[in-house]
Amino acid sequence: MYQTTYHRPKTIAEAVSLYSSLEEPAYLSGGHTLLPAMKGRLAAPANLIDLRASPELSGIEVRPDGVVIGAATPHAVVAASAEIKAAIPALAGLAGSIADVQVRHVGTIGGSVANNDPAADYPAAVLGLAGTVHTDRRSIPADEYFTDLYSTALEPGEIVVRIEFPVPESAGYAKFRNPASRYALAAAFVARHRDGSIRVAVTGAGSSGVFRWAEAESALQARFEPAAVEALLPDPGGLMSDMHASAEYRAHLVRAMTKRAVACMGGVDIS
Amino acid sequence: MSQITLTVNGVPHTRDVEDRTLLVQFLREHLGLTGTHVGCDTTQCGACTVILDGRAVKSCTILAAAADGGTVTTIEGLADGDRLHDVQIAFREHHGLQCGFCTPGMIMTAVDMIRRHDGELDEATVRHELEGNLCRCTGYHNIVKAVLAAAEKHRARRRAPSALPQG
Ligand SMILES: Cc1cc2nc3c(=O)[nH]c(=O)nc-3n(C[C@H](O)[C@H](O)[C@H](O)COP(=O)(O)OP(=O)(O)OC[C@H]3O[C@@H](n4cnc5c(N)ncnc54)[C@H](O)[C@@H]3O)c2cc1C
Ligand code: FES
Ligand code: FES
Repeated sequence: MYQTTYHRPKTIAEAVSLYSSLEEPAYLSGGHTLLPAMKGRLAAPANLIDLRASPELSGIEVRPDGVVIGAATPHAVVAASAEIKAAIPALAGLAGSIADVQVRHVGTIGGSVANNDPAADYPAAVLGLAGTVHTDRRSIPADEYFTDLYSTALEPGEIVVRIEFPVPESAGYAKFRNPASRYALAAAFVARHRDGSIRVAVTGAGSSGVFRWAEAESALQARFEPAAVEALLPDPGGLMSDMHASAEYRAHLVRAMTKRAVACMGGVDIS
Repeated sequence: MSQITLTVNGVPHTRDVEDRTLLVQFLREHLGLTGTHVGCDTTQCGACTVILDGRAVKSCTILAAAADGGTVTTIEGLADGDRLHDVQIAFREHHGLQCGFCTPGMIMTAVDMIRRHDGELDEATVRHELEGNLCRCTGYHNIVKAVLAAAEKHRARRRAPSALPQG
């Protein structure tokens, strides 16, 4: 890892002003994506601005209609929250399925959503639940937030402060993990919203990152059961193909995970 | 450079470190506590697991500067003099190690796991929660047995704190 200078501002305002005044800055949350990248010299920020001391980024608020999670909240805290388990059990289950115990103690929801790894779990929940990403300067609906692989609508220096999830009628998350990395090879987050709409968000598979599978949403709208998507397959042309899985195999996994998610509404199915 | 203070195994240590210093380097190179191992340096293997502010973490992926003011327990901090910790005893009795490289991380993960579950562990949970710790020797069976035995001792101690001698 190259030399870097560590800063720990106490407020968001201080963090933003450091970001605009320092050379080659980067925000740091859990560091469980950024530090491995720095060790591999894939990233070399001259200044690290740790966001975790800013109180605005912490805390969980659960209301009858929504769950709001501070960006610096570690995955383990979301997974263990009795209130989130009661309001959106699939969200707590998803957080508990990320990586391993030690990584969940440190990695944060804000870091995951800012990074937008195409195989990360949280983007599927944010998109499937029609969440909102609240930043230091605006609120971004999920449909506008995830733009491409490792890309989001965030501007340079913009900070993810809180993520808000509407409480759905019910939701389910099914994931098929890469046996080596344990990241999703394909996973589907299915939500039945209170306004009657259905959303299916797929992670791990899309060649532009997390995406909504529109055909499955319409099919499930007509008939909400696993068999409704039996005859559908996402176009492999839009899916990733790599040494772990071909696009055709991922297309089958996307269908299988969507069926499993529909079958496990109110929970998760992780394999 | 930053001046940081960390309480490690009950003793406060203040040192000047480069900001890029990882917690595991601070422990091994600045404090000479080489019980915490570096197996992969890529956040995969768990050999570097220590307990930071009450939670098991991979110390190869945390900056020492970010842990400033914190409290760390390493493998060196578990035994009370010559009296080994229950989890250490269980690993010895159940042959939970062969080369021993992964063992400090396994034991710190087990200590954290038993505390979080207050000893209420079954085999499936132990296997699931050891996901972040890799062992190239044992095949895990005896590690799982050792964690379950230590968890059982934890439960017995909880029921009758004075009945079981420590160690
Ligand atoms: C071994 C291992 C296994 C993993 N497995 C999984 C898995 O199965 N599923 C999964 O989803 N993830 C997995 N992860 C990733 C893990 O969840 C990361 O913790 C997470 O993706 C990033 O969160 P972080 O807090 O560590 O972010 P950091 O590493 O601190 O930051 C990541 C990026 O986001 C930026 N950033 C951080 N916080 C903010 C913010 N509030 N506002 C704006 N920008 C910000 C940083 O500048 C950086 O570019 C794994 C990681 C490891 C090491
Ligand atoms: S050395 Fe830290 S996880 Fe392997
Ligand atoms: S005992 Fe050798 S790596 Fe586990």
